[in-house]
Amino acid sequence: MARSNKPIVWGPFATGGTLTAFVTPALVVVTLLAALGAVPDLLAYERLHALAAHGLAKVAIAGVVFLSLWSAAHRLRITCYDLGIRADTLVATIVYAAALAGTGASVFYLLRI
Amino acid sequence: MRQVELEVLRYNPETDREPHFQRYAVDCQEEWVVLDALNHVKETLDPTLSYRWSCHMAVCGSCGMMVNGEPKLACKAFLRDYPGVIRVEPLRHFPVERDLVTVIDDFVAKLARVKPYLIPKDKAPEAAEFRQTPAQLKRYKQFTLCINCMLCYAACPEYGLIPKYLGPAAIALAHRWNRDSRDGGRDARQEELAATEGAWECSFVGACSEVCPEHVDPAGAIQQVKIESTVDWYQAHLMPWTKK
Ligand code: SF4
Repeated sequence: MARSNKPIVWGPFATGGTLTAFVTPALVVVTLLAALGAVPDLLAYERLHALAAHGLAKVAIAGVVFLSLWSAAHRLRITCYDLGIRADTLVATIVYAAALAGTGASVFYLLRI
Repeated sequence: MRQVELEVLRYNPETDREPHFQRYAVDCQEEWVVLDALNHVKETLDPTLSYRWSCHMAVCGSCGMMVNGEPKLACKAFLRDYPGVIRVEPLRHFPVERDLVTVIDDFVAKLARVKPYLIPKDKAPEAAEFRQTPAQLKRYKQFTLCINCMLCYAACPEYGLIPKYLGPAAIALAHRWNRDSRDGGRDARQEELAATEGAWECSFVGACSEVCPEHVDPAGAIQQVKIESTVDWYQAHLMPWTKK
């Protein structure tokens, strides 16, 4: 039996899932802090903006965005299948394209900083 | 002594066009399990009732059935845990042969395909046995506990959707040998495990590990197989020179 090429899509999915498990709670805490007006000095807008201006930080942010979106897209694809939507190729194309579009947008805005 | 009502699926391929349910009122003792009630029915009420069982102690793995819609070993399902009428059906996702007896050929064939036996890496030491450290034993011991009861197949929605899927226990058992320090058969097993119908049909529902009576955690084994197959894939396609 031929070995599957699933690892291409599953690799970033698994990495993204692990990553978001750590990053998402941190983002929730930071967002809540900001909403309550208690933004620590380190996370002030100007500081974060300056951080994102650095080349390495741009790569890291784009990487996090890509992996998170990809992981969500893949999860959505499987959920669609389990819910009875069997047009897997179509679903896969749409959700992965959305993840790539989101990544492209983040790269676009990061490059403008 | 109390009375329970069993609602048992009956099907005789020679006389019945469709399966149907039959009720039995059973006088049972407090410590009885579903299997005791079935044995009581067969001995005193209805000798035609068919089901598989052997050890009555969760070792042989033959009395798997659906109890109130959940895959259970009949010998581990205590009557006192079920209020009201108890519905007993054959294991889900398998064809019914007769009453609670299912046709298990699909699982047996899949199990054989993954080569669940030692394929020695080196020749056995002369006049001695292979040696393993406790750490080497620990790497696979959990996956040896499988009793082939197939509860995990009845619980797995993917197996229900895609009958070609290799399924939890077969993958866990292949993984058991792959993790054994004496074994050198991983490449051969990968042909099945890394195929689309192998580990990749799994969407990590996790139901297999929840129903497993031996705590094998087949879902864990499948995810480990996915990670290892992914590393393989990247090695083969991006770094072909690292492949032995
Ligand atoms: S993995 Fe667990 S549930 Fe599946 S066949 Fe083995 S013992 Fe039964």
